[in-house]
Amino acid sequence: MSTHRLLPIDPQTGRVRDLRTPTAHIGAFGPLGTVRSAAHGKPGPLIEEIAASGLRGRGGGWFPTARKMEAVVASAADRRTRSPGSRPVVIANAMEGEPASGKDAVLLAHVPHLILDGIQAAAATVGATDAYLAVHRGTPSVKMLEHAIGERRSDAVRVELITPPARYVASEESALAHWAGDGVATPVFGDRPFERGMNGRPTLVQNAETLAHLGLIARHGGAWFAEVGDPEAPGTTLVSVGGRVRQPGVIEVPTGTPVADLLARCGDTDGPVEGFLTGGYGGAWVTSEALSSAAWAPAQVRDAGGVIGAGILWALDAQVCPLHEIARVAAYMAGESAGQCGPCRFGLPSLADDLEDLAGGACTSDDLARIGERLSLVVNRGGCKHPDGTARFVSTGLAVFEAEVSEHLRGGCTATRPGHTLPLPKARKTPVKRAGKDFK
Amino acid sequence: MSTHDQRTLHLDPTLCDAHGFCAELLPELIHLDEWGYPIFTAGGLATDIPHGLTSEAKRAVTACPVGALRLTKHA
Ligand SMILES: Cc1cc2nc3c(=O)[nH]c(=O)nc-3n(C[C@H](O)[C@H](O)[C@H](O)COP(=O)(O)O)c2cc1C
Ligand code: SF4
Ligand code: SF4
Repeated sequence: MSTHRLLPIDPQTGRVRDLRTPTAHIGAFGPLGTVRSAAHGKPGPLIEEIAASGLRGRGGGWFPTARKMEAVVASAADRRTRSPGSRPVVIANAMEGEPASGKDAVLLAHVPHLILDGIQAAAATVGATDAYLAVHRGTPSVKMLEHAIGERRSDAVRVELITPPARYVASEESALAHWAGDGVATPVFGDRPFERGMNGRPTLVQNAETLAHLGLIARHGGAWFAEVGDPEAPGTTLVSVGGRVRQPGVIEVPTGTPVADLLARCGDTDGPVEGFLTGGYGGAWVTSEALSSAAWAPAQVRDAGGVIGAGILWALDAQVCPLHEIARVAAYMAGESAGQCGPCRFGLPSLADDLEDLAGGACTSDDLARIGERLSLVVNRGGCKHPDGTARFVSTGLAVFEAEVSEHLRGGCTATRPGHTLPLPKARKTPVKRAGKDFK
Repeated sequence: MSTHDQRTLHLDPTLCDAHGFCAELLPELIHLDEWGYPIFTAGGLATDIPHGLTSEAKRAVTACPVGALRLTKHA
């Protein structure tokens, strides 16, 4: 049972194979075959296999893919009219907004046709007549992807490449649907995209990796997919492993792989590590101790206090100051607010300021209490989950690095290595006040 | 008072501009955060309206200058 499903390895070089051409793609995976379409208000027959596979979305939420597809089809069937305005549409989310994630870029670069196969399979199954592949503006693979799409003449559904701005919240699903319809990449509050998304149409947004798995399920079936992995969330999954490990990078493992094995695949940690970031900047910090005995499956990582999210595992070098890292990321996340909701627009920058003071040793225990209050003020009050994810990142970080927090309250800092390790995109010149041209 | 359907007040946080009228009209259910944005005492972005406060809730909906509040009825 090979676990290199999405990313076949070249036995000669030990590296991921480059399957960008249709010939190489079909040579490695075989042809997709015909996927029968939705009809009479029912999803196409592939839905049975998708349900049997137990496939869950790899974009962060791990929501069952078959259920989302059924919801899209049901929402289209509910419409009284059969106008084009009620037809489902598919958006492939290859935006990869998490700065510490690399998996979707690896898929785009090596197996773009597997994602495109998944788009075709998804579109047929939900009865979509058009589809979009969203990569963030400035992605190096744009030309190659346009070429790859152009080479697929026998596709039933036309796919258009779209390039929303590279903003963290632009890849939230309602923001993507907003962009595809109106050219504004801000999240939309209210109806979920599967009900009313792009131009009010039922919109299926799936992560690029989810669709790549779907491309394989369409070939081999649901039972094959579920042969490996954790029974609750089967299959293989991509993990972006970074930080203080000897060989950082993207690896493919069956879900449920012990975290210790996963780290061993990356050459193990390279120096002292006290805490790991799981799931990215909208994710959660976990102590090395809690994580080391866990398995990489949604429920197990959750029990350890973390979150798989989009499959990010970052080993923080114990020699750098975790509070500086948390403050930097919090400032970045504050700057990424779409500026629509008060608690996000004002709450996140206030928190970021507090955290900068904490990192700099200018924080009293009263200030720390205020951080706690503000953390609770931004949760469950935004139009999207951006503030909630940021709050989780911060609150788990303060808990995991509690000893360092106490040290800072006393004016000290135990860091022995200056500098920063968590990756951030280049700083934006002007902070966004209101959703404006930055999101167009 | 006759039996009424349960009403729920919903806030669209992307529209709310911190005018604060809602908290003035419904202090039992809404207070403002340090930036002037409404917090439902019960948490979240929707709150059930006790029968005695239905007319205040209706007034809050009309008083909100940006249409950020909405009342729904359910059995
Ligand atoms: C602030 C924010 C940013 C997000 N960014 C991404 C992203 O870059 N890529 C992604 O696939 N999903 C992202 N998501 C999740 C999407 O909203 C959506 O759930 C996902 O694309 C659905 O695909 P899946 O079911 O295949 O996981 C983000 C969510 C939030 C709240
Ligand atoms: S919570 Fe923040 S990012 Fe999300 S819609 Fe509101 S302002 Fe935009
Ligand atoms: S009245 Fe409207 S705009 Fe003012 S705080 Fe309440 S909901 Fe927001």
